[in-house]
Amino acid sequence: MRIALFVTCVNDTMFPGTGRAMVTLLRRLGHEVLFPEAQTCCGQMHLNTGYRRQARALAEEFPKVFAGHDAVVTPSASCAATVRDWHPRLAPGAGTPPVFELSEFLVDVLAVTDVGAYYPHRVTYHPTCHSLRMLRIGDRPLRLLRAVRGIDLVDLPDAAECCGFGGTFALKNADVSAAMCADKVACVERTGADALCAADNSCLMHIGGTLARNGARARTVHLAEILASTEEDPS
Amino acid sequence: MSAAPPPSPAMPTYLGMPAFPDAARRAVADERLRANLRHATTTIRGRRAGAVAELDDWDALREAGKQIKDHVLANLGHYLRLLEENVTAAGGTVHWARDAGEANRIVADLVKATGETEVVKVKSMATQEIGLNEALAEEGVTAYETDLAELIVQLGDDRPSHILVPAIHRNRSDIRDIFLARMDGAPRDLTDEPAALAEAARRHLRAKFLSAKVGISGVNFAVADTGTLVVLESEGNGRMCLTLPETLISVMGVEKVVPSWRDLEVFLQLLPRSSTAERMNPYTSTWTGTHPGDGPRDFHLVLLDNGRTATLADEVGRQALRCIRCSACLNVCPVYQRAGGHAYGSPYPGPIGAILSPQIRGIGSDVDASLPYASTLCGACFDACPVAIDIPEVLVHLRARAVEDGPRHPLERASMTAAGWVLRSPALLRAAQRAASASRRVVGRGGRIGRLPGPLRAWTATRDAPVPPPESFRRWWRRTDGGRA
Repeated sequence: MRIALFVTCVNDTMFPGTGRAMVTLLRRLGHEVLFPEAQTCCGQMHLNTGYRRQARALAEEFPKVFAGHDAVVTPSASCAATVRDWHPRLAPGAGTPPVFELSEFLVDVLAVTDVGAYYPHRVTYHPTCHSLRMLRIGDRPLRLLRAVRGIDLVDLPDAAECCGFGGTFALKNADVSAAMCADKVACVERTGADALCAADNSCLMHIGGTLARNGARARTVHLAEILASTEEDPS
Repeated sequence: MSAAPPPSPAMPTYLGMPAFPDAARRAVADERLRANLRHATTTIRGRRAGAVAELDDWDALREAGKQIKDHVLANLGHYLRLLEENVTAAGGTVHWARDAGEANRIVADLVKATGETEVVKVKSMATQEIGLNEALAEEGVTAYETDLAELIVQLGDDRPSHILVPAIHRNRSDIRDIFLARMDGAPRDLTDEPAALAEAARRHLRAKFLSAKVGISGVNFAVADTGTLVVLESEGNGRMCLTLPETLISVMGVEKVVPSWRDLEVFLQLLPRSSTAERMNPYTSTWTGTHPGDGPRDFHLVLLDNGRTATLADEVGRQALRCIRCSACLNVCPVYQRAGGHAYGSPYPGPIGAILSPQIRGIGSDVDASLPYASTLCGACFDACPVAIDIPEVLVHLRARAVEDGPRHPLERASMTAAGWVLRSPALLRAAQRAASASRRVVGRGGRIGRLPGPLRAWTATRDAPVPPPESFRRWWRRTDGGRA
């Protein structure tokens, strides 16, 4: 399958390791991965901050960049949800292509849960709000993680609670955001995990920033990086 | 203790409240308030989830509730005229009020015409919204709240902080202190046992019920084809106010009308399970006009617009008018749980308040312009709503209106415009990424950024920021031919 990677502006700029893990993983599963270099951003930040005109311009551009591929796959549940839920409203008639979040693509389209990964660490999984309540990916990431060899997967208490990121919410309502993240971090620490995993690096950046500030033991790792890791080539 | 400023009779609709983030900051710092809220909301949401899970047709009920409300909103004029006709035929009098001022004037004149100076009240959101108690006080009429939690709020010179549990920010020792200080005849040896507190309130209120000649209520539902009004409550105090006084005045938002009793049946299932997690509501009072020798001799219905028809004109925002005031969205909201109800600057707190207040009041004030941003868009409210109001969708919609019509934020606007240009051009994005990567030598000591300038300081006050990587993904892709080189 010829898969177009929509890496997202945040991963492209700040978390390129997640993009490289996507390439490694999808190639290992026997697919051709392309990176349309005209891609930039889905417009979520502008949309959710109230800058509709800028968001519309990005939504209109999106189908032009990704036309002609068998599938568009992204390591961000939140950006996938913006494209799927909002692009048809922002740019009606533009022909928004189907975009899949990684775990949806693996489980629903490729019909695999065991991707041959190896990750010998204690991991806990945070289901991000948009993955859970916009994309409704349910337990797909957990099914993928359970099939990883060597992993010690532990439940996160109050997992479905928001971490308090919310894009510009973290700046506009910094006090409430920090209070929410303090509770999330306390739950992560209770698990004793070495790594906190999620399907979105923006939420992980928020939780990880608080973990680091507190000198906590857990680090953050994107789902794609665990699934790309193997015994021969550990991440 | 409470984070609310003292109520002012001159400020019945809470105008002049600080923007949400400022009010929320005080609440977040109040450990006791946060503990009270966490305990209460966690308990209610657990019970609600259980009550909803008992029904295997909950999704169908929810869809029916949504469709009935949408049908009524699309034909509102028809159903209101039908309601007026049938209430009038049954012996009631219908009044139409464009706004809070008109509604308060109508009610005050009706009370004064009876010659009474005291009224008893059933818990009502509409009369909170219009500031009726304050308006009556200016006319020399004292309104006694008879719902236990509203009584606690009223005696404490406080404001409600939850739609269903107005004193949710108080714990039982707060309540004991308020009763001892402010309630006539409270026993000196009052303990903070719930049964003792309830008994003290019961004795206090009984005297009011037996002497009051005028009762004032809100309305949960109004059945158009029979002219029947419906109030749901849990304590029985409402039943007293609706049946004992000689005159009953009910204030109702125009969106509360339903076509028939068959439609009412849907909401009598949706509302109790969503609000109090009960299978059946404890006290459901219905009345149709007046009946000689039975209940009030004189019944008045005040139909209140107060921004509702303006909300109805907004294709996305109008779904807020489906709300049946159950509070499920408050109880599941992580922001409400930390910020408390007072920060929302309105009798309608939480997610529903964040979309209702800026629509019915307009987006002009600081608090109303900040409310659409008082959410992480986590979506828990939409899932909990029994009439499927897509609250995140309306929040995003209102943010666009706040940027267009609200107070100006020049720095934010400039940043967003600049980011818009950069993100529309892969070449500009590449250049920005090169600059970010170059900055890592300056900012990235120790692998984390502990302090950022300007508005980004709000991030690094409690959170480290990630250091930009040596190269972006797109640069890596080009340099290595997608990892093949």
